[in-house]
Amino acid sequence: MISADDLRLTFGKGTPLENPALRGMSLTVNQGEFVTVIGSNGAGKSTFLNALAGEVMVDSGQIVVDNQDVTRLPTYKRASRVARVFQDPLAGTCENLSIEENLALAIKRGQRRGLSTAVKKQYLGQFRESLSSLKLGLENRLGDKMGLLSGGQRQAVSLLMASLTPSSILLLDEHTAALDPKTGAFVLELTEKIIEEQKLTALMVTHSMKQALDVGDRTVMLHQGQVVFDIAGKEREGLEVKDLLGLFEKQRGLEVDDDSLLLG
Amino acid sequence: MLSEIAFYGALETGLIYGLVAFGIYISFRVLDFPDLTVDGSFPLGAAVSAVLIIHGWNPWIATGAAVLAGMAAGSVTALLNVKLKILNLLASILTMIALYSVNLRVMGRPNVALLSEQTVLTPWYDLGLAYHQVPVVLFLIVVLVALFLLWRFMKSETGLAMRATGANPRMARAQGIATGGMIVLGVALSNGLVGLAGALFAQSQGAADVTMGVGVIVIGLASLIGGEALITPNTVIRALLACVVGAIIYRLAIAFALNADVLGLQAQDLNLITAVLVTLAIVLPGVRNSVVSKFTRKKA
Ligand SMILES: Nc1ncnc2c1ncn2[C@@H]1O[C@H](COP(=O)(O)OP(=O)(O)OP(=O)(O)O)[C@@H](O)[C@H]1O
Ligand SMILES: [Mg+2]
Repeated sequence: MISADDLRLTFGKGTPLENPALRGMSLTVNQGEFVTVIGSNGAGKSTFLNALAGEVMVDSGQIVVDNQDVTRLPTYKRASRVARVFQDPLAGTCENLSIEENLALAIKRGQRRGLSTAVKKQYLGQFRESLSSLKLGLENRLGDKMGLLSGGQRQAVSLLMASLTPSSILLLDEHTAALDPKTGAFVLELTEKIIEEQKLTALMVTHSMKQALDVGDRTVMLHQGQVVFDIAGKEREGLEVKDLLGLFEKQRGLEVDDDSLLLG
Repeated sequence: MLSEIAFYGALETGLIYGLVAFGIYISFRVLDFPDLTVDGSFPLGAAVSAVLIIHGWNPWIATGAAVLAGMAAGSVTALLNVKLKILNLLASILTMIALYSVNLRVMGRPNVALLSEQTVLTPWYDLGLAYHQVPVVLFLIVVLVALFLLWRFMKSETGLAMRATGANPRMARAQGIATGGMIVLGVALSNGLVGLAGALFAQSQGAADVTMGVGVIVIGLASLIGGEALITPNTVIRALLACVVGAIIYRLAIAFALNADVLGLQAQDLNLITAVLVTLAIVLPGVRNSVVSKFTRKKA
């Protein structure tokens, strides 16, 4: 379980570019929930995920993961509980390390690292098995440099890396956005499969309202650094994109900037 | 042609610069941390070992102390960067400058002679090898041991974490790697190797001198870049081999250049030649790589 309580964060405080990115963001994600997050450009979605991961420190508020207050912990101390896949396929892996070395880094996420060989023989079976579930033929390319892989392949491996060891929450920030539609659909399907099979708790940012309703079991919309609505269960079933837009307008009495939300 | 003595002399210094190149490989390549501390940690290693030896210490223990001194110097640079957020290049320049004073303090004078002292080489002269071959044999063993240990380290969990830190720090943090700690460890290790090189150099040359560090960074870089042009560094072991091969070939090339009378070059021209070679390596296409791009202006 992860809960964020009244998070506030202003970039460039005291400068003319002062920008309040989080303005009292509160959200609790329960064990096993798969939450999709939508919101227009600059709504604070990435900032929120970065705050949960520890990449940015909030000015105030509290972040609790599995009953531990992690608000002031740096990223690397949260890594045993927080797994991530980035939007940029280049960001989640090391291109000049081999596939097996990348996986070996991930299998130790948040654990002590010693002087024993990183790519242990006993890992290889597990690596091959997980890679073969991707059906990309990567199980025969363990020694290949990550940089040789396509964006979609790299994103699939990033996802695998994030799910190699247990986490309290998996953060996905538009992780299919940089891929072509077909590859994006493949990675999304893979995401659903992994989350379901491993019963992961996940928070997925997406720009597509349709996707936000199609996958997961709860949807929240952020606007100006706050949650403007949060729907799940019966209320969410059968909901369509136009209903979401209506909901947003009703909640805020605002016109939604259609350009920034892909209706597709 | 090169005399036998000059040839072995070039091998001997080449092997020592192989250790320097290992250090530069760790900082520039593995960590992506342009570190100029080596110009100070090389004479620091020389100074510490020389002073301890003339005070009657066992030369191997004195050499070990030189390694520790180098590591301490590297840690200072890394901490200036990690804790005080000083730009890495500038942090290393600050340490390098400070070390000039430290080295004078350590020695108490600008140079310390070791001519009649016991050094790590002394026992090896009794083995029946030709006099000028002794340092080559011993240093080759040291270099091979260092190469093996570094190779194993880079393949270890911690070594892999260090490589990830340099290649993709954001990903490394997300994997739970304390990137700041890795930078301190790596830069310390790098300068420890350079301290070792300085200590061996002082013992084989029979003196430590406060100015002996000038240009070490450029020679080390020349060795690294040259080696990588010959041996594509696509694995750790090849990258490490490239360091040694590059350093030896570089010293041999210098020895040939100095030996060829027609060129009219003298020993004092060495730094100029090195600077010209490194410049050529940077400018010539095909040798361009990440070390190089750090010293050229990036197009926006
Ligand atoms: N490092 C930063 N420094 C200054 N301002 C920032 C920084 N990161 C984000 N911001 C600002 O904070 C606000 C929220 O940005 P954020 O990236 O969280 O939005 P987002 O919802 O992820 O948008 P998008 O849909 O475009 O990805 C924006 O106004 C952005 O300009
Ligand atoms: Mg974003």
